[in-house]
Amino acid sequence: MSTMSIEKPRFSLSTLMQNGNMLALLFMLPAAVFLICFLTYPLGLGVWLGFTDTRIGREGIFIGLDNYQYLASDGVFWLSVFNTLLYTTVASAVKFALGLWLALILNEKLPFKSFFRAIILLPWVVPTVLSALAFWWIYDAQFSIVSWSLIQLGIIDSPINFLGTPNNARASVITANIWRGIPFVAISLLAGLQTIPQSLHEAASLDGATSWQRFRYVTLPMLTPIIAVVMTFSVLFTFTDFQLIYVLTKGGPVNATHLMATLSFQRAIPGGQLGEGAAIAVAMIPFLLAAIMFSFFGLQRRKWQQGGQD
Amino acid sequence: MIIKRRDFLTASAGLAGMAGLGAMGIRPSFAQTEPTYTPEEGASLRLLRWVPFVKGDEEAWNANTQKFIDQTGIQVRIDQESWEDIRPKAAVAANVGSGPDMVMCWFDDAHQYPDKLVDVTELANYLGEKYGGWYDGVRGYATRGDQFIAMPLTAIGNAVCYRDSHMQAAGFSEFPEDTEGFLELCKALKANGTPAGFPHGKAVGDGNNYAHWLLWSHGGKMVDEDGKVAINSPETIEAINYARALYETFIPGTESWLDINNNRAFLAGQISLTANGVSLYYAAKNDEALKEIAEDLRTTNFPIGPVGESAELHQTSSIVLFNHCQYPEAAKAYIKFMMEADQMNAWIEGSSAYCCQPLKAFADNPIWTADPVHAPYARASETLRPNGYAGPLGYASAGVMADYVLVDMFASAVTGQSTPEEAATEAERRANRYYRI
Repeated sequence: MSTMSIEKPRFSLSTLMQNGNMLALLFMLPAAVFLICFLTYPLGLGVWLGFTDTRIGREGIFIGLDNYQYLASDGVFWLSVFNTLLYTTVASAVKFALGLWLALILNEKLPFKSFFRAIILLPWVVPTVLSALAFWWIYDAQFSIVSWSLIQLGIIDSPINFLGTPNNARASVITANIWRGIPFVAISLLAGLQTIPQSLHEAASLDGATSWQRFRYVTLPMLTPIIAVVMTFSVLFTFTDFQLIYVLTKGGPVNATHLMATLSFQRAIPGGQLGEGAAIAVAMIPFLLAAIMFSFFGLQRRKWQQGGQD
Repeated sequence: MIIKRRDFLTASAGLAGMAGLGAMGIRPSFAQTEPTYTPEEGASLRLLRWVPFVKGDEEAWNANTQKFIDQTGIQVRIDQESWEDIRPKAAVAANVGSGPDMVMCWFDDAHQYPDKLVDVTELANYLGEKYGGWYDGVRGYATRGDQFIAMPLTAIGNAVCYRDSHMQAAGFSEFPEDTEGFLELCKALKANGTPAGFPHGKAVGDGNNYAHWLLWSHGGKMVDEDGKVAINSPETIEAINYARALYETFIPGTESWLDINNNRAFLAGQISLTANGVSLYYAAKNDEALKEIAEDLRTTNFPIGPVGESAELHQTSSIVLFNHCQYPEAAKAYIKFMMEADQMNAWIEGSSAYCCQPLKAFADNPIWTADPVHAPYARASETLRPNGYAGPLGYASAGVMADYVLVDMFASAVTGQSTPEEAATEAERRANRYYRI
């Protein structure tokens, strides 16, 4: 037997490379650095700014919950919270209903199927600002094509005040958002529908299931995971919408369409109060987290997916 | 180290042209001696300005700058940003201590970081003395006490634009000069189906101009001289009631109007009276199809209210020179050069009545008489009040305007969402947020 032993250097590169854990860490490092630099840091900075009275061009000092205390007593802020919730709820619900309906139609055997599928995507492809500008003209107080057409048809006498009264303005911006958001929901759900094996439907048909029952007990349960993901994204996009509002109303009339995102911008950048703007943005986080939690812990529950009840 | 040379005889070769210009003005009676600025060796400058509203402005400003470059050998780079982006960029430059050396800023920007700016009192006093004095309004935006923290540059005038034939048809031969007559005119226009329209939406420029005129003409003010919020006053209520009466005569939909809507409605013949910059006139004049409107278009200053004098808000721009500029003497030489008569007059003329002079001596610039439509715009610097009237300018005055406190106050009352008293109370609450410090 040999008595010789090979002494390994303690920290050679090759040993490091042999160590599975080390290697894993090394591979994850670029991603971690990326996430920390571009996600964690800005988010952390935003949260920190919310606790300071920073203004553009001037360092702030820590003021604790002062910004939040003020916001709690600020009617405009609460109005924006209400608007945001209304905007998100109504727009997401309608987008889901219409999107699912569209997806089901597109999943049927239609002539020119791929043509229709491409057309459906158009609103999603057009840059938001451009479609917002188009809607701006459609909703114009004087030159609206809708008003003009209705006047020509003799249905109304004077132009509709789309963006002038609070409820009209809310309905108008929500409609624009729905128009823009449907394609995303429809196409994603369509992709989900196509993963459902045809055999399940056939088996259900043989068992005498009606088309409603097939939808309710086969399609819907199989689609739930996709719905959860799609609606999470849809809610997030809608909740954080900015461009549509900013182009159409800038939050008017009298803040009736101000969302939290637009109010945050108005106070932080043109108004210069970075601290308060950041606080408004941070106030959005709990709502967003709630939406994510709901979808991941609610909609993705296995029982639901298998069509069972709690 | 800043070296100020007051020696007239030893002007540097590069500044020979300017020194020559100044030399003619030397008189023993001159209270303010002409300052000379000797540019630092190898100086180069960067100016950040707003994107010009008219091409002539850009051409004249650049030509003047080129003249300066040719005479002094100092390189001047001019960057342009859209006008809304100037404010945050300037604030960041002030805070970070790098970026452009000079910025053409808006309104009360200079008051947000006065400690980051080079004092230009000496130059401003010299210019004021030489050119008939500064207008109070533009001076207010650029000074703290007697100290100039910025160089007043211009006021972008806003004036009432109306269709002459429609006014005549409404039974008025002359445009009314007071608010009462103005209301009567608007009522008559409405009755004729040729209504007026002023924006009550979030129109940064036009909306604020209109709202401030409503308030000030009736003697209301956001804050008193000490910066204490004074918006909730009988004068404000009176202004709101007047605004409500006026709003009744408007074309429907003005509460959603942004900056461009009144232009569109006017040019389409939907409204016969609004307020705007001179651009409205040029939009009509430069379009063959709108010739009729251009010929019928007349302009005048906003009517005078119970307060008894013109009190308007106009967009105002000043040049700030940052501490971090490595070549402050060169920068002052540049500012001085651009403000002197030859350059200033060329620029005002090039801007075709868009930019109003900050110094009284330039009021006789031929551009103001070149077209009768220009005349009211010549008075912009004279009629303007700083946006934080009557208190000190600064962070609070800027914040209140950026948050549309006044615009919202009028809009919520005229649309009937709240009573005048509620609207004034709400405005007071919101303003207090900014003025608490």
